[in-house]
Amino acid sequence: MTATARPADAITLVPGEAEGPVLVLSEPLSFWGGFDAATGLIIDRWHPQHGASLAGQVLVMDAGRGSSSGSSVLAEALRRGTGPAAIVLATRDAIVTVGAMVAVELYGIACPVVLAGPADWRRVAGAICLAVRAAPAGATLHIA
Amino acid sequence: MVVVISSIDRDLLDGALGPAAAFCMRLLVRFAEAVGATRLEDAESAHIDGCLYHGKVSLDFVERLVSLGGRVRIPTTLNVGSVDLIHPDLFRGDDDLRTAGTRLMRAHEDLGCLPTFTCAPYQALARPRRGAQIAWAESNAIVFANSVLGARTNRYGDFIDLCCAITGRLPWYGLHLAENRRATVLVAIDDLPDEWRAPGLACVAVGHVIGRRCGDRIPVVTGLPQDSSEDDLKALGAVAASSGGVALFHAVGLTPEAETLDDALQGGRPDEVIHLGADDLRDTIRRLSTVPDGTPISAVSLGTPHFSLQEFERLLPLVEESCPVIDLYVNTSRAVLSHLVDRGWQERLEAAGVTLVIDTCTYVTAVIRDLSGAVMTNSGKWAYYAPGNLGVEVAFGSLEDCVASARAGKVVRP
Repeated sequence: MTATARPADAITLVPGEAEGPVLVLSEPLSFWGGFDAATGLIIDRWHPQHGASLAGQVLVMDAGRGSSSGSSVLAEALRRGTGPAAIVLATRDAIVTVGAMVAVELYGIACPVVLAGPADWRRVAGAICLAVRAAPAGATLHIA
Repeated sequence: MVVVISSIDRDLLDGALGPAAAFCMRLLVRFAEAVGATRLEDAESAHIDGCLYHGKVSLDFVERLVSLGGRVRIPTTLNVGSVDLIHPDLFRGDDDLRTAGTRLMRAHEDLGCLPTFTCAPYQALARPRRGAQIAWAESNAIVFANSVLGARTNRYGDFIDLCCAITGRLPWYGLHLAENRRATVLVAIDDLPDEWRAPGLACVAVGHVIGRRCGDRIPVVTGLPQDSSEDDLKALGAVAASSGGVALFHAVGLTPEAETLDDALQGGRPDEVIHLGADDLRDTIRRLSTVPDGTPISAVSLGTPHFSLQEFERLLPLVEESCPVIDLYVNTSRAVLSHLVDRGWQERLEAAGVTLVIDTCTYVTAVIRDLSGAVMTNSGKWAYYAPGNLGVEVAFGSLEDCVASARAGKVVRP
């Protein structure tokens, strides 16, 4: 990927490196009941992006939602290879963080999770592709 | 956010208490960072909901801990599993799920968790004292422990509940701190429907509204019937934690942190006041049913959360009056079952046509034999989840309505 803008700094919640096309969630998604780990698709009938695939995408979302069982669903999707490549949040979310942590601990599958700053949010959410480099000490988002 | 690591935390991380504890501690510290906790503290007990099968990852996680020689360090109860281990023949799902679900339940026992398999551990097995710092999962157990018992837990869940049990530590944030337990929404019940003589329906209606209107904020309710029982408050919390993310409610005169309205508000003012009248409550109850009165039903399901001994005491004379013509399921725990056996009630209930479901619940696993008609329940939580989980139409009513309908084979309200 060729970076065309200066990178944005972010806080690492789960370390790792990944890149991919950006999918911005227009509304929060509950992974439990709203996402199918077998297919990687959003199955919440009331979600505006119902039917969209999260597989291999850099998922950009303001906030999480719903049951803590969402952690299992996300980890199961990462195990099956139907989960997102990385997740960029605007607010801390324990459900997503735990799901990604368990996938890396059990299967060595890294889906980095980072917290982007409010100053960069518009640029991040407007990106077509993002490369996420999340080290324990801090993360950068390369925007294209 | 930096989490301050104490010497016991350091020992846990370094493996001084074994590799399973070190594994759990790594996850717990990162979770603490993610939620903005400043440090970890001792947990007095844990309640785990990871024994319900969600996929291979559920099993891989627990079996990893078993292979590392993990043992829980604090008293730890288990939530419902996918299978009724006492009556395995009740399970109607596929064999792979039965095998994996059973294995998952057994693996938790291998870690030293108590095989309680109930969503209502607070009924007898583990009643935390007021102010106890605990790490509990299962939304209804969380809201009950916080609200009715005055114990302190956040909404723990998947993986992290078990990490707290194996390390004996919990992240210090949210509802563990007294100042974060202040009510911010005042829910004032101005009047109740005259025809509701028992407090049960009012509690379910108020719980449903609280969930919808308050989300994860903390409400304080005034005007609830002062004879609301523990089972009524159980039902209120369970539905509030289904239609919303409520982890704690206060009810003035009924719950321990709300002797007065001012106590619940901690001397502050509410951000929002919601007034509810008899018509609002009637309307909420009506909308819990997806079918009109008179609709044929193929089953009745009671006991979500798990039926208490007191509830069986109310049910027994109702079913003994005359037998149901359709299946009547009651979900409950092994602990309550043993009381039923001691009193000779199990035989009487079964003779009266009741199917007891232990260790699990009819809305999370395949137990109900006949789903060709609607299913009736007295649980606001069951009514909320079953249409999505099981794809059934649902009728909601009081315990008396449910038994009368089971006898009539259709929705009736005596």
